[in-house]
Amino acid sequence: MTEPVSHLHRALAAGQFVVTGEIGPPKGTNVGPCLHEAEAYLKGRVAAVNVTDIQTAVMRTGSMAMCKLLLERGIEPVFQMVCRDRNRLALQSDLLSAYILGIRNVLALTGDHVAMGDHPEAKPVYDLDSVSLLETMTRLESGSDLGHDFKGNPNTLDGAPKFFKGCCVTPCTDEVEPQILKLEKKVAAGAQFVQTQAVYDPVAFEKFMKLIEHLKVPVLVGIVVLKSAGMAKYMNRAVPGVQVPEPLIKELSAAPKENLKKVAAEIAGRLVRQMKPMCQGAHLMTLGWDDVVPGILANAGL
Amino acid sequence: MIVAERKPIEQILAMLAPYKRVLVLGCGGCVTVCLTGGEKQAEELASQLRLASRQKGLELAVDVDCITRQCDREFIQNLKADPGMYDAVLSIACGVGVGFMSELYPGVPMLPGLNTTFYGTNTAPGLWAEYCHGCGDCVLAWTGGICPIARCSKSLINGTCGGTNHGKCEINKDMDCGWLLIYKRLKELGRLDEYRQKRPLRDHRKDRGAGVRRLIHQELVKLEEESGA
Repeated sequence: MTEPVSHLHRALAAGQFVVTGEIGPPKGTNVGPCLHEAEAYLKGRVAAVNVTDIQTAVMRTGSMAMCKLLLERGIEPVFQMVCRDRNRLALQSDLLSAYILGIRNVLALTGDHVAMGDHPEAKPVYDLDSVSLLETMTRLESGSDLGHDFKGNPNTLDGAPKFFKGCCVTPCTDEVEPQILKLEKKVAAGAQFVQTQAVYDPVAFEKFMKLIEHLKVPVLVGIVVLKSAGMAKYMNRAVPGVQVPEPLIKELSAAPKENLKKVAAEIAGRLVRQMKPMCQGAHLMTLGWDDVVPGILANAGL
Repeated sequence: MIVAERKPIEQILAMLAPYKRVLVLGCGGCVTVCLTGGEKQAEELASQLRLASRQKGLELAVDVDCITRQCDREFIQNLKADPGMYDAVLSIACGVGVGFMSELYPGVPMLPGLNTTFYGTNTAPGLWAEYCHGCGDCVLAWTGGICPIARCSKSLINGTCGGTNHGKCEINKDMDCGWLLIYKRLKELGRLDEYRQKRPLRDHRKDRGAGVRRLIHQELVKLEEESGA
């Protein structure tokens, strides 16, 4: 057992049921509201807060800077890193930069394609993928980088980082085997925890967890807070690997508008409670509704 | 083969604006097969240009010629027209043809009538699809013959991303998820062990990362030198 490098690492290693939150940096320099939400509703309630990295390929303030601002406020961040925008030089450099700023938790992601975002003319990079990004972190930790000197020997780092390395998986996708095979590679490449894509079906999730039992990696089930029936329907239509069951949509439709936040917290809390025995934690993606987090935790009995 | 598509007519007219006498030059190679740059398309484009120039009150004289391949020195002698006699040549070969012709006729403006798009094949009536990216380091042996560089939108090498959606890519419902095709093919072949392998990082030197690419057959270089001596 390696010495925990972060609070999140320590909590999972100790077998605690861990909850993480998530914030998305703003488009622009006005980070005040986002930081306020994190301080008011997430601090002290969740083990760590993910900071998205140019989420859905819509240009925003960077994840690393936002992680640093969270650290300054006593909130432990999970630095999300996608492979879409940087080649291996920039990714390695940013990993070292993140480390010297005090960032320890890193979540390696492929990243939504640029075609999905607001700069569709941009060049998609994908020099590394999620598996090789994890491998890269492991390499940096060992004291060398991906490059080599003119004799072909690996370059030596003057000071090596140490991360708590995470990855993602989509448990409720229509073809789950290729996801699992890739997850196996991620774990082999160094992934130490998993935060999943949104799950709304505890039965399907339980099946999935059985299929990955052999990996012995802590899994935080992902829940995107459902803000309305319309959003749930949109997710079913447009978000790959996410399926919101009809009864939940009905529950949201039946809720009066002024009660939506309450119902959203009830649904998310119930899902966490139902899936708690199957996994090691929950990752709450609130998409700006951070104020529902205390309600979710209460409903989940946490 | 190389697939190309016609540039919009407005773009072509804008390129030709400074010129009075133009040769539309077709190519009998790949672009004939994908129905964009052959003799027939050269004739059609010439008619379109004549009509458009008349409508705009311009005096544009347009002739047509076509050779077997514009990318090959040996077919140049089959030109019936003399490119040197024109203000400009509108080549509807792929970019290789346009580039090579402009090298052979440096004094003649060689203009592209097509956008060269990809290496692909005709998969259904009227449909051409990308099958190869020309990455310089072929991986088809372990991907069931389906190229992840060309057919995965992100050119991933270790399997599907989270954007795979009922066999389609997150970008577009009409676009197959390349990695799901690979997964299914490997499964069919009983070779999912190939999918399980963690792949080494791509060497982008082979894919333009080390600059402009060349192919050298040393034995031919040597033979040429000997015969020259």
